Amino acid sequence: MSVTIPAPRSQRIDPKYKRGPKSRGSFEMLAWLFMRLSGVALIVLIFGHLISNLIVGDGINAISFGFVAGKWADPIWQFWDLAMLWLAMLHGTNGVRTIINDYAEKHSTRAWLKGILYVATIFIVVLGTLVIFTFDPCVAGSTLPQC
Amino acid sequence: MSTELPEPPSKIELKAGVGGGGEIPTFNITLRVRRYLPETTAEAYWEDFKLTMYGTDRVLDALHKVKWDHDGSLSFRRSCAHGICGSDAMRINGRNRLACKTLLKDLDTSKPITVEAIKGLPLEKDLIVDMEPFFQSYREIMPFLISKGHEPTKERYQSVEDRERFDDTTKCILCAACTSSCPVFWTDGQYFGPAAIVNAHRFIFDSRDDAGDMRLEILNDKEGVWRCRTTFNCTEACPRGIQVTKAIAEVKQAILSRTV
Repeated sequence: MSVTIPAPRSQRIDPKYKRGPKSRGSFEMLAWLFMRLSGVALIVLIFGHLISNLIVGDGINAISFGFVAGKWADPIWQFWDLAMLWLAMLHGTNGVRTIINDYAEKHSTRAWLKGILYVATIFIVVLGTLVIFTFDPCVAGSTLPQC
Repeated sequence: MSTELPEPPSKIELKAGVGGGGEIPTFNITLRVRRYLPETTAEAYWEDFKLTMYGTDRVLDALHKVKWDHDGSLSFRRSCAHGICGSDAMRINGRNRLACKTLLKDLDTSKPITVEAIKGLPLEKDLIVDMEPFFQSYREIMPFLISKGHEPTKERYQSVEDRERFDDTTKCILCAACTSSCPVFWTDGQYFGPAAIVNAHRFIFDSRDDAGDMRLEILNDKEGVWRCRTTFNCTEACPRGIQVTKAIAEVKQAILSRTV
């Protein structure tokens, strides 16, 4: 049994290793920077969220529909939760994006996985933002003081 | 003139068992080599060699023993055999090492010692890989002095502190142990790789060089420094003890402070 081997260096470099055209702009740098800054911001936001929800006052026993309604009546908490939603989603999406880049070997696999990722991210961010701003605590038969 | 010449007087009689190689302890090892012979088989396979080696022997000596006494078809690269030329980087017990700097006695000789080619580069035969993609990245970062203005009539002056700034990255011997230990490079070979970045670092932080900005721009690519995940595989693999991950982080910082 014999195998035909191409002459050494016949193609100089394996085409698999040929790098595509140089990327313009500094998207990867900004993504790298965003990961670090959003990470620091998320530590503050998430711990603030956990302390206010689970520890302060009655702690976890106070959590109910009314508790969430009360929190979102305050624009500060609205902003807090909005920032947490956006930063966590973009931070997580960027993390998964780099994982896809690192582990997917084919361009088409990468494109598909990242496409699904971006659609899921947009859906959740838009839905979450909508809920924070259009949340109406006064459902039918509500006994909340705001209504 | 057929009479036997007398022994030269300088020759010292060595008593058996004193001095010489006999005193060095010997031990038996199993060398498990990943063979790939494209002329005969399409697939790579493991082959075991049982060898008696000395306490002063390195993995390279074991490979020599196989090639010279057991199986001449075993192929591997080595030139100086003393850790300077960077030819014999290979995966020894799953870690990238120079075969000429790894003593057998430092490995677990009770188990087979596995030796395979470095990963992520096209395998040519046995322990030999095609280094061309590795050197292509190296060339892209322009690993040579680029200076503006007039040529000085004497040597280019550099203070001790300025020289110290990039001292660590001057030690690179281009063995590819770092780049071929990088999981990001394994995926698709598009990443510039630690070695190219280390050699860019060597000129970016050289006070005599004027093309630092160009090199930073090259490494600001999507396949440049930002693909580094700081897994420290490269730092662990470097046979010269270069703080590779630190050098990459310094290049990242330089790109950031240049643009922000």
